Amino acid sequence: MTTATSTIQELANREYQHGFVTDIESESVPRGLNEDIIRLISAKKREPDWLLDWRLKAFRHWQTMEEPRWWPNLRIGPIDYQDIIYYSAPKPKKKLNSLDEVDPELRRTFEKLGISLDEQKRLAGVAVDAVFDSVSVATTFKKTLAEHGIIFCSFSEAVREHPALVRKYLGSVVPYNDNFFAALNSAVFSDGSFCYIPKGVRCPMELSTYFRINSAGTGQFERTLIIAEEGSYVSYLEGCTAPMRDENQLHAAVVELIAVGERAEIKYSTVQNWYPGDKEGRGGIYNFVTKRGACRGVGSKISWTQVETGSAITWKYPSVILQGDNSIGEFYSVALTNHKQQADTGTKMIHIGKNTRSTIVSKGISAGNGQNTYRGLVKVLKGATGARNYSQCDSLLLGDRCGAHTFPYIEVKNSTAKVEHEASTSKIGEDQIFYCKQRGLSTEDAVNMIVNGFCKQVFLNLPMEFAVEAQKLLGVSLEGSVG
Amino acid sequence: MLEIKNLHARVEDKEILRGVNLLVKAGEVHAIMGENGSGKSTLAGVLAGRDAYEVTEGEVRFDGKNLLELDPEERAREGIFLAFQYPVEIPGVSNTYFLKAAVNAIRQHRGLPEYDAREFLKLVREKMRLIHMSEDLLKRPVNEGFSGGEKKRNEIFQMAVLDPRLAILDETDSGLDIDALKAVADGVNALRSPDRAIIVITHYQRLLNYIVPDQVHVLMRGRIVKSGGKELALELEEKGYKWLEASVREPQPV
Ligand SMILES: Nc1ncnc2c1ncn2[C@@H]1O[C@H](COP(=O)(O)OP(=O)(O)OP(=O)(O)O)[C@@H](O)[C@H]1O
Ligand SMILES: [Mg+2]
Repeated sequence: MTTATSTIQELANREYQHGFVTDIESESVPRGLNEDIIRLISAKKREPDWLLDWRLKAFRHWQTMEEPRWWPNLRIGPIDYQDIIYYSAPKPKKKLNSLDEVDPELRRTFEKLGISLDEQKRLAGVAVDAVFDSVSVATTFKKTLAEHGIIFCSFSEAVREHPALVRKYLGSVVPYNDNFFAALNSAVFSDGSFCYIPKGVRCPMELSTYFRINSAGTGQFERTLIIAEEGSYVSYLEGCTAPMRDENQLHAAVVELIAVGERAEIKYSTVQNWYPGDKEGRGGIYNFVTKRGACRGVGSKISWTQVETGSAITWKYPSVILQGDNSIGEFYSVALTNHKQQADTGTKMIHIGKNTRSTIVSKGISAGNGQNTYRGLVKVLKGATGARNYSQCDSLLLGDRCGAHTFPYIEVKNSTAKVEHEASTSKIGEDQIFYCKQRGLSTEDAVNMIVNGFCKQVFLNLPMEFAVEAQKLLGVSLEGSVG
Repeated sequence: MLEIKNLHARVEDKEILRGVNLLVKAGEVHAIMGENGSGKSTLAGVLAGRDAYEVTEGEVRFDGKNLLELDPEERAREGIFLAFQYPVEIPGVSNTYFLKAAVNAIRQHRGLPEYDAREFLKLVREKMRLIHMSEDLLKRPVNEGFSGGEKKRNEIFQMAVLDPRLAILDETDSGLDIDALKAVADGVNALRSPDRAIIVITHYQRLLNYIVPDQVHVLMRGRIVKSGGKELALELEEKGYKWLEASVREPQPV
């Protein structure tokens, strides 16, 4: 082995930095899943009957479904769905009347994660909804947003305060029977974020949700619903972390985006840093998420940007259904797998309307024994005259024990459509590293620089603050990589 | 400044350098010439610490330090600069960003404060004028899509910014048009100084009209077989390398 590679290998195995556990009294439902548990969750949240019925319908459907095994490339340990706690919430000391009353222990947890719930300290441009295990514990800047008619609150609150909106859109993009994990989520989802941007409003700040799994043995099943009316715009960020634990924890979220009106635009960015498990592949989050957006308005736009560095297994395909004519779907992704992590991620772009356009840029980085798969579908239906897609999938390998796989599926039913696909796989070059070192850079800095350069196209699509975060995260996640 | 004694190096099982001796003093410019495959780039690579090469014998001292035990980045920070025969592309990393990181790594090593954006820009502007480097190349990713000549010019530009003590230019003149050659030579000449040494590897006597060397060496099959003044380059131009064949003695089989 050359010294460059061995030095990369030696780079300190800096530990996962968000692996601490918050010691807080929590209230949970008994382990396991049955109709009574679902009734209990729904009752705890004082939900209307229609929602309980919806959950039960989802549950009954879920029971008829088989756990999917359609990724021969992924190795997934068995998941015992009866051994999971489906609802866990920090015990409220009393009813919260304002942000100042958030449990100091929770406040400290989020501070430690770099998320301040204090509006004064918070960067002025970002409103945060903080979700701890199964519930939302605080949402900042609600007043400021309300002045613009924007609703940004926890999902539970939306169910209570804006039932008509929730009822109208819940499950309208990802139906409860969509897939195994979406059905499970529909049955047991506990909280999440809700966001509504009225006609003609450009949301004046970034909205963000921070998800934190804390309790052992729990799963996290949140739901996010974002609705943008005609001519509105919103940029939404999502971040996630979890403590280090030896067992695998399940995270099965559902995100639905609806660009309802003409020229409505939703930009959704994720920096996913769930605990990835240790070097031997023990523990870590199973991140099985269904994310989908519908561009219903003419000229509407949905853009997904994701940086996936965490989780033992990531399985997600943020997709866009391009219904409105001239609507636009985008997917920019960086997925990094190190040690024994596995990622199977990509997107689906479904072209229905005329002159719909989609862009896919996927950058997969594999290190250690990591396995990274891009799986994407571009589907152009009969009526989608003039549809265009451009896809680019690049893979970068660090070392020779990791793997990169690309499965682009293309189905075109309209002859005027143009679909372009480019793919590349490269190994990080010894000569690139040597060149950097000859200019005085350390191996670590050289690798970081090369990898960040590789991801540049995607990072350019992240909001500034997040882009910096993402670059740092990539550096940390690469530690102890190549060999 | 640089003292190479009986240097042997191999790639895999092939011995390429077979006893190189060379003494370069501060302020001097040395030219190394020689046929394709004679080991010029190998010598440059060994000095810079490329790990494809294994040093089997000999020693190299740089300012009295044992160069061979330093990592490549340590050598760079100590002041060794290699202008690559084939500069490497680093997609997505802007030339400016790359260079700033390099400058600051070197400054830190020298116990100097890091340059902030403004100071760095000032330095870059000044060197751009010196090398006639276009702003456009600076903003683009390192060497990505650069023409052959642009890559070479970029190497010299980096050298000017990084302010090395020993610069090794590996065929920086090949692939340059006449104006670029002059610009590069002007740049190199501007950087000549009493406390800097330069080793120029080239196939063309023409470059040495612009960068006049103190000494010229001929490398043949891994050894320096002849050294002389700048006239030696002219002689080589005229006679080629064949006449020196006799001076290469094959090592006796053991
Ligand atoms: N990585 C390598 N693997 C195998 N052989 C190598 C390697 N690097 C160099 N060599 C061989 O070593 C010899 C010397 O190469 P080197 O690049 O030093 O020559 P050079 O004098 O710079 O030639 P040129 O004038 O063509 O640039 C050549 O025969 C070359 O094929
Ligand atoms: Mg050469």
